[in-house]
Amino acid sequence: MGAGRLYVAVAVGSFRRYATYRAATAAGVFTSTVFGLILVYTYLALWDERPHLGGYDQAQAVTYVWLGQALFAALAIQGGGFENEFMERIRTGDVAIDLYRPADLQLWWLASDLGRALFQLLGRGVLPFAFGALVFPVALPDDPLVWGAFLGAVLLGAVVSFAIRYLAALSVFWLLDGAGMLQMVMIAGLFCSGMTLPLNVFPGEFGEIVRALPWSSLLQAPADVLLGQADPVGTYLFQGAWAVALLAAGRLLQSAATRRVVVQGG
Amino acid sequence: MWIRSTLTYRASFVMTVLGNVLLTGLDFVAILLMFSQVDTLGGYTLPEVAFLYGLSVVSFGLAHLAFGPVGDLGRRVRDGTLDMLLVRPAPMLAQVAADRFALRRLGRFLQGLLVLGYALASVDVDWTAPKLLLMPVTVVSGAAIFAAVFVAGAAFQFVTQDASEVQNAFTYGGTTLLQYPPTVFGKELVRGVTFVLPLAFVNWLPASYVLGRPYPLRLPQWVAFTPPLVAVGCCALAGLAWRAGLRSYRSTGS
Repeated sequence: MGAGRLYVAVAVGSFRRYATYRAATAAGVFTSTVFGLILVYTYLALWDERPHLGGYDQAQAVTYVWLGQALFAALAIQGGGFENEFMERIRTGDVAIDLYRPADLQLWWLASDLGRALFQLLGRGVLPFAFGALVFPVALPDDPLVWGAFLGAVLLGAVVSFAIRYLAALSVFWLLDGAGMLQMVMIAGLFCSGMTLPLNVFPGEFGEIVRALPWSSLLQAPADVLLGQADPVGTYLFQGAWAVALLAAGRLLQSAATRRVVVQGG
Repeated sequence: MWIRSTLTYRASFVMTVLGNVLLTGLDFVAILLMFSQVDTLGGYTLPEVAFLYGLSVVSFGLAHLAFGPVGDLGRRVRDGTLDMLLVRPAPMLAQVAADRFALRRLGRFLQGLLVLGYALASVDVDWTAPKLLLMPVTVVSGAAIFAAVFVAGAAFQFVTQDASEVQNAFTYGGTTLLQYPPTVFGKELVRGVTFVLPLAFVNWLPASYVLGRPYPLRLPQWVAFTPPLVAVGCCALAGLAWRAGLRSYRSTGS
């Protein structure tokens, strides 16, 4: 009971911490809107040539673009959440202090990252999405149940995203420098989540492989739930399975790291 | 000094350059995927889009190589390390630009060159002397225009400090925009990037001449040869903005 309160407090603190950067948030909203504009026009040109590409009509393709812009920061699709700080603590050896604390390391960072995600969703996501929905023809469901199911998929996406970045951050125990790993996280996140192009447009077997990877939980899965292209239950099972598998892998790697690796610093 | 320090870790350097090629190449992979589904985009074929892409990324890559770090100015204003540069006997802009000069940013330029090479080899153009001559002029002018955007954006950060993402909208957003044909975009947007922020002169207008395409906004033919003039104008304005920003700078004083 008390432990639950601790993690809520961590999440709230993280939310408030990100909420203090108002100018940065406003700048992020502006940038997301500009990138959304550019993408919408290119998608419209693409769907002009091939209507119903990937099973979307034009309005659904436009909606997909603005969803991507709305979820980009919240789900840390190209990274940029807790992992920079966590990697730095591993590199400097400060993580040894964290391991002494009476809180679970993984849950602590998960709570912190979910607080950040919620703020980014509200602060950086809602406005670009509203702009896109007002200016371009979009396909949005009337049923509040679908919106609820969508938010569930976003939450699971946030957990999968966290689990991936937690694994990446732990690699610093062995590598000491996380720059290369962050770059890999960025590349995989941008490409395999469907941020550059919806995954259902990827052709053939290549498309099937990319859609089976955990990254498709990040953008493609919530988008398909909102656009009525996927069954929520099946989506949850897919996302949940990846979340459990990756979180468990994180635990294993963490215990291996703390048992075998000598922590840096004096 | 930064070059030497980068080259010390040779394997790491090669990895990060390759990573950068891969990372910046993602948007071209997206274009390739699009063309796996369609034959033309906005009326342009794949080699033609690759031509636009190559010109945009090569110009941007050069500007980014030289002026990339100025985008980080807001951080220096916030944490006060800008003061350290102020007391040094060298021009401020040169110091900020050379800060952490990262050769790995070469990746973007190289990747642009690769695509441009492919485009030049496969695009269907009757090469004439003016067209050939226009190529290097376009690349240099485009780089200067992007450099001006970088510097003007940095000048803006003297005022806004932690709003560096606005700059990304114009730099990274600009180069992304130019990778697609002008026919794809709405008229208002094309007008904006022609007359307000003259990115259209980086590649759209000279490329329209080379490819023999109708000009965006029905501009006269000779505008394809104006990028150097536009570049000089942009650099002058960016220089003024930089000086104004620097003059308005008050240290954090904490």
